[in-house]
Amino acid sequence: MIDTTKEQTQAKTNEQTSDRFPGFVTISSVLLVGIYFGIVLTKSEVVRWQRVHDMFLFKEPFMYLIIGVGVVVAMISMLLIKKLGVKTIEGKPIKYEPKPYHTGVILGGMIFGAGWAITGACPGPIYAQIGAGAWMALFTLAGALAGMYLYAWIKPKLPH
Amino acid sequence: MTEFLMQPWPWWFSGILIGLTVPLLYFLAGKSFGISTSFQEVGAMCGPCNLDYLKNHKWRSGIWTLVFAVGIGIGGFIAVRFLSSSPVEFLPESFVSVSGAFRLLIGGLLVGFGTRYAGGCTSGHAITGIANLNWPSLVATIFFFVGGLAVTWGLGTLIFGGLSL
Repeated sequence: MIDTTKEQTQAKTNEQTSDRFPGFVTISSVLLVGIYFGIVLTKSEVVRWQRVHDMFLFKEPFMYLIIGVGVVVAMISMLLIKKLGVKTIEGKPIKYEPKPYHTGVILGGMIFGAGWAITGACPGPIYAQIGAGAWMALFTLAGALAGMYLYAWIKPKLPH
Repeated sequence: MTEFLMQPWPWWFSGILIGLTVPLLYFLAGKSFGISTSFQEVGAMCGPCNLDYLKNHKWRSGIWTLVFAVGIGIGGFIAVRFLSSSPVEFLPESFVSVSGAFRLLIGGLLVGFGTRYAGGCTSGHAITGIANLNWPSLVATIFFFVGGLAVTWGLGTLIFGGLSL
């Protein structure tokens, strides 16, 4: 009896040590970078349905140029981080965890692309639109959460 | 300078600042730039947690994704309130209707389902993934465009009949 309780306590401790709330520094940094990114998304107009539509229509190179420059700048930054051995402000190493390949990368990718074209918003812009008072985007968010639940539900049956 | 910032920002300026989000988030918070995990976070926090996908999600450490989402919302508010000389049109007028709400709901469903199935969206796959030379992210990004182009160039009318996209 005592052993079981002990084991349970141990299991609970293990669970808590493997999944902890982030500290104050991390949370405030994340909030600041989020605000920065929200401003950039909105001022760059990638949050506008029309811009996304014109991108898929090949009407203007605007969005392709933004994504392209973004990727190149991020790539150079990652090379510098690796080369100079940059650490986080809390002194931890910076490491990218590669996202694995599976069938969902293709199927899910296409499904997301379709949703992006219909709503004119990928996940970041959904939050920026709502914050900026474009209330119709609440429907996009509601749909996205429903889609997440749907995926969680039927995941075991999907090819991965 | 102020005049420059109050106008919509040019592509090169926006591109540089978006790209810098990746090292900023790594350096200041030790987090990998990505947004669609926040959907999973909501599911893991609110249940139903008998689903493995939500039950196995580390929601305590993952709470930062929601803080990031809130930050993006605040950023959007600041941008339209204090940094724009003219109003920003997010969605065309036609979306402010019952059919518009329906389209956003269905499109949103595809965004939520697709990003979770693909394991990332434009931020996690297209920007962070490709920048780290992760080839599955390049595949994902190519298929984002396959899906988006298919809908824009015809499939949309098939699905929605008379409603033009």
